[in-house]
Amino acid sequence: MTATLSVRNLRVEIPTRQGVLTAIDDLSFDIAPGEVLGVVGESGAGKSITGAAIIGLLEPPGRVAGGEITLAGERIDNLPPAQIRRLRGKRIGMIFQDPLTSLDPLYRIGDQLIETILTHESISASAARDKAERLLEEVGIAAAGQRLAAYPHQFSGGMRQRVVIALALAADPALVIADEPTTALDVSVQAQIIALIKRLCRERGASVMLITHDMGVIAETADRVCVLYAGRLAELGAVRDVVKKPQHPYTAGLMAAIPSLIDDRGTRLAQIPGAMPRLEAIPEGCAFHPRCRYAFARCVAERPPLYKTVSSDAACFLHDPQRAAAPAGGIA
Amino acid sequence: MSEGTASSRMPGAAKSALRRFLDSDMFYSFIGSPVTIVSAIVTLLLIGAALAAPLIAPHNPFDPASLSISDSLLPPVWSHDGVSDYLLGTDDQGRDVLSTIIYGMRISLSVGFASVVLAMAIGVPLGLIAGYFGGTADALIMRVADVQLTFPAILTALLIDGIARGIAGPQAYNDVVFPVLVISIGLSFWVQYARTVRGSVLVEANKEYVLAARLIGLRPVAILFRHILPNVLGPVLVIATINLALAVITEATLSFLGVGVPPTQPSLGTLIRIGNDYLFSGEWWITAFPGITLAVLVLAVNLLGDWLRDALNPKLR
Amino acid sequence: MLAFAIRRVLQALGVIVAVALISFAMFRFVGDPINQLVGQDTTPAQRAELRKDLGLDDPVVIQLGHFLVKAAHFDFGISYQFKRPVSQIMAERLPATLELSILSAIFALVVGVPMGVYTGLYPSRWLSRLFLSVSLVGVSLPTFLIGILLIFIFSVDLGWLPSFGRGDVVTVWGDWTTGLLTMSGLKSLILPTITLGLFQMTLIMRLVRGEMLEVLRTDYIKFARARGLTRRAINFGHALKSTLVPVITITGLQLGSIVAFSIITETVFQWPGMGLLFLQAVQQVDIPIMAAYLMLVAVIFTVVNFAVDMLYVVVDPRVRIRGAQA
Repeated sequence: MTATLSVRNLRVEIPTRQGVLTAIDDLSFDIAPGEVLGVVGESGAGKSITGAAIIGLLEPPGRVAGGEITLAGERIDNLPPAQIRRLRGKRIGMIFQDPLTSLDPLYRIGDQLIETILTHESISASAARDKAERLLEEVGIAAAGQRLAAYPHQFSGGMRQRVVIALALAADPALVIADEPTTALDVSVQAQIIALIKRLCRERGASVMLITHDMGVIAETADRVCVLYAGRLAELGAVRDVVKKPQHPYTAGLMAAIPSLIDDRGTRLAQIPGAMPRLEAIPEGCAFHPRCRYAFARCVAERPPLYKTVSSDAACFLHDPQRAAAPAGGIA
Repeated sequence: MSEGTASSRMPGAAKSALRRFLDSDMFYSFIGSPVTIVSAIVTLLLIGAALAAPLIAPHNPFDPASLSISDSLLPPVWSHDGVSDYLLGTDDQGRDVLSTIIYGMRISLSVGFASVVLAMAIGVPLGLIAGYFGGTADALIMRVADVQLTFPAILTALLIDGIARGIAGPQAYNDVVFPVLVISIGLSFWVQYARTVRGSVLVEANKEYVLAARLIGLRPVAILFRHILPNVLGPVLVIATINLALAVITEATLSFLGVGVPPTQPSLGTLIRIGNDYLFSGEWWITAFPGITLAVLVLAVNLLGDWLRDALNPKLR
Repeated sequence: MLAFAIRRVLQALGVIVAVALISFAMFRFVGDPINQLVGQDTTPAQRAELRKDLGLDDPVVIQLGHFLVKAAHFDFGISYQFKRPVSQIMAERLPATLELSILSAIFALVVGVPMGVYTGLYPSRWLSRLFLSVSLVGVSLPTFLIGILLIFIFSVDLGWLPSFGRGDVVTVWGDWTTGLLTMSGLKSLILPTITLGLFQMTLIMRLVRGEMLEVLRTDYIKFARARGLTRRAINFGHALKSTLVPVITITGLQLGSIVAFSIITETVFQWPGMGLLFLQAVQQVDIPIMAAYLMLVAVIFTVVNFAVDMLYVVVDPRVRIRGAQA
């Protein structure tokens, strides 16, 4: 079965006056149909840029400088702008972080929905209106018919995000990129929205690329997870594996940093010492080595390729088959 | 801050202030824009010329004794009847156009600078007070500002001018013309400073460093001047630059309308007015050269102000 | 909604009252009205008589009251220069100024908005750069210089258009004369309209451009793109609408200042309007005309501002809802 999305050796560069910065370096992953892939990492790791690159909305002067992006078998990274525009909404949908600023404050919700529907389908205005109403009902907005006439600021944050989801799914895209869809929402609402996204996409058979910095959300929602660090792939694998037995020291650090309700109240919060490097100052060799307690000479000199381990793929020399075996139970 | 940069490995070494300036984004955008460089040079040249007027002007147009009516209405030196004594020709009173332009620019720039300083001196403190203390002070100041904002600068300046004329009487008026001009132009422009400063203060006053200063027990005046003011200076500088151009235009306009500087000390606007009467009879140079000078000066200052605004705008960085 | 409107009306009245106070202060404290009205050989007794008749001996508060009442009827007394009722003189000159002002406002909008939209949408095209350079010049050149330049090119050099006056005017109704109905009237209108409107036009163009660039960077435009909306729908449906909302306010405020800038334009073109009248009044310290002009301008400004505020409510749904809840 062809993957819905296939990214190979993606490289995104941002020319600045200090030189060319590499925001994404040699990133490869697949998303199978109907699958939820979590893309996780700290702020600035390159998660949003990956999403933007896929849907063709990189802010200039950022540009795709290498690699391939394939959607259901067809290459999309080298298409002319007009064709990319036709993809957007119809085959790839995107949900942004802040629902308040995602909606045009001067237009009614119904109008924005109908406009989106009519852009991708040639149906009558009244058919579009019916579909808009159905979409609102699907995302869980009561009295959908009346709500069509409302303006965005008349909704609460969670409801607005539901509208955004409806808009993103209006044309039934095969891939939905959700960029931090719950970060701007109240905690109580976050779970509902995530569940909604997951359910709707499963019903439609759409794949989801869920971008977030919250490992907890990934653990609950995603099928597979891709961990980014400084624009590079650190680990890629099934969520169950990565969460239980992280193979990359960074992932292990992320997992340990999640505060647990079960732990001793006296234990200190675990932290990964140091901070993720800025793009202008990515260290030589493995980008994580300055913060890694397992680092050795090779890590400083060479950049680790992706190694297959017992559970997931990890870019860490600890898993070099020629080396003495790494702890089989995962790095803890 | 990222680890491992060269400067952090240098023990105790600090980049010199000059190095920091040359490395800064602001200087980079300055160097990268030839238009801005040219404007800066032009502005400095013109200001320099105005300051050095007594040294570089071939004649002194304000000294009635040196004028000779027989030299009036001479064309520029490259024309058929031109003389090398008067490079750009003379006006109807025999004044050398080039010298009058240089001296006139001096007047325009001094009035301009003085009124900008006055506007700042009024507007910035009022803005600080309104923003920091709020309440009735704020309401009062903003009400006055609103009323004044309904009227454009020219109108306010004309009004103050007329009132001064009425109070002082025609004779005494000539003695106080310059302060009146500065006051009338300065009073027309304070509102922009007040509003911008007030807005900045409202933003800054909620920040943690101000709260910290208050907790330490710093007096409000000290907080205002030592902490908030430096952060507010950026936008003020931008306004001041664009304001200077406007002030010069306003002075020129007032002089052109006949209610500005006295005719014995013509500024660029006065020259243009005089020349206007001679346009149809062919003595175009009396209007053209001052006009070009005025336009170039204002354009250069405006371009500088534009660059300054973009360079200081955090959103564009 | 109603509360909002009432609040704005009260604010407007406040401004007018403040200006009225300033006008009154001018009357009362600047110069001596008696000296202006009588000749050299009027006896002190006659002057005293006149003072009493004009109510100049009454307490200040009473004088203020009289002044306000008369001002409400637009009676500002007799002009010092022309010895005729001020209201009459102003009524004669009003049509000229209004015609010029409204036409230049239309010019500024009709040219400025499209130029601004174009330079906002396509900032790197050469036409945009051209427009921007022209706009910079337009902002830098003082109005009178533009007028003189236009006169020089089109009147002196080419001889196409007249350089002063209104041409032939036709009385349409009462005191209202218009130059729109005659050929010479129309020709006379062209240069002054452009002169008066050029500054506004460049202002509007830069404003629209700035707003357009800002709007195009917003999240909802990004989301619109992500939804695959056509460029036309994004640029002209969403971006343009958001851009025009603040433009309305600024334009409204500018409309008011056009009336003031007309002073300069009328001087350059010897246009027989209220601006020229005001200038002469300042030069001659003709307080009644100065005061009357001030009040008129204040009324026009506040009415225009109020109309713009109401328009804002119609256009921006957020204000509408908030106003209703206020």
